[in-house]
Amino acid sequence: MKAIFPDLEGKRILITGASRGIGREIALNLAKQKAHIIFNYRKSEEEANKLKEELIQAGAVDVTALQFDINDSDSYQDKLTNFIKETGAIEGLVNNAGVSKDQLTLRIKKEDLDFVLDTNLKSTMMLTNFLSKNFLRANNVSIVHMSSVVGLMGNASQTSYAASKAGIIGYSKSYAKELASKNIRSNVICPGFIETDMTEALSETAKEKYISQIPLGGYGSTEDVAMSCLFLLSQASRYITGEVIKVDGGLYI
Amino acid sequence: MELEQRVIKIVSEAANVETSNVQASTNFVDDLNLDSLDMVEMMMKMEEEFGIDIPEEKTEDLKTISDVTNFLKQNAN
Repeated sequence: MKAIFPDLEGKRILITGASRGIGREIALNLAKQKAHIIFNYRKSEEEANKLKEELIQAGAVDVTALQFDINDSDSYQDKLTNFIKETGAIEGLVNNAGVSKDQLTLRIKKEDLDFVLDTNLKSTMMLTNFLSKNFLRANNVSIVHMSSVVGLMGNASQTSYAASKAGIIGYSKSYAKELASKNIRSNVICPGFIETDMTEALSETAKEKYISQIPLGGYGSTEDVAMSCLFLLSQASRYITGEVIKVDGGLYI
Repeated sequence: MELEQRVIKIVSEAANVETSNVQASTNFVDDLNLDSLDMVEMMMKMEEEFGIDIPEEKTEDLKTISDVTNFLKQNAN
């Protein structure tokens, strides 16, 4: 599978949660498109350097690794401001970092709910809001939010996760309307059952049950999601904003 | 270029009108139909052009070209 989006070459794109799963695959595919990738890491500098090296090998024109936690806006404001001052405006954003904590609604404690909503929804909004002034200085800005098909269809034992992911859709649509006149686009991808560490944690019975409901059959791959993300980041989708694209094999039709 | 002319240049670009259509008394919203987002973007350009910081609460009082030039005169380094 080789899609080429020439306008992504050299485009400065920030991606959160690039260390594994879907985020990592998006970063690798952006590298193949010769983008300038900026990613954050929380702890291990060694792992960040390894990923950086890998992305450069894959073709990225430049890679910037910044240490910050998306849940702590104080940890990224100065770093991103300095990056923008020294290198130039950030032109693309992939809000990918996310967590899930599946449990029965009856057992959810406030801390659990805060953790999921803060990481998946609030931090996405805070980071995007923070970068908005920067976006006004850039051209052809595209923001892609990683939601989930669960945010559309709901799922037992995932009330907090589903609420956070549905919240992202409302945010993205409002943001798209507000900033459209400045040619800033905002779209959402809703992955379905994609093979990652996060879905690996599901029980065999749950997996089988899901797969039987997927019209296209089988799991999706992280590359399936990455391809849609590249499309939304590039000018190939220049007339698309406020959209929600499901990458779910038809799970939720 | 004179201060007022520099301000007029930025404003006319933001509103996409000829500089000849913009005078000291021109009101950004009533005369040029700028919306709140246009205003934010325009104030960012003012900050860059004149190397100053325009506090957000202050931007609400800056409604015309002369409001801006007066603000700049008072706050210029």
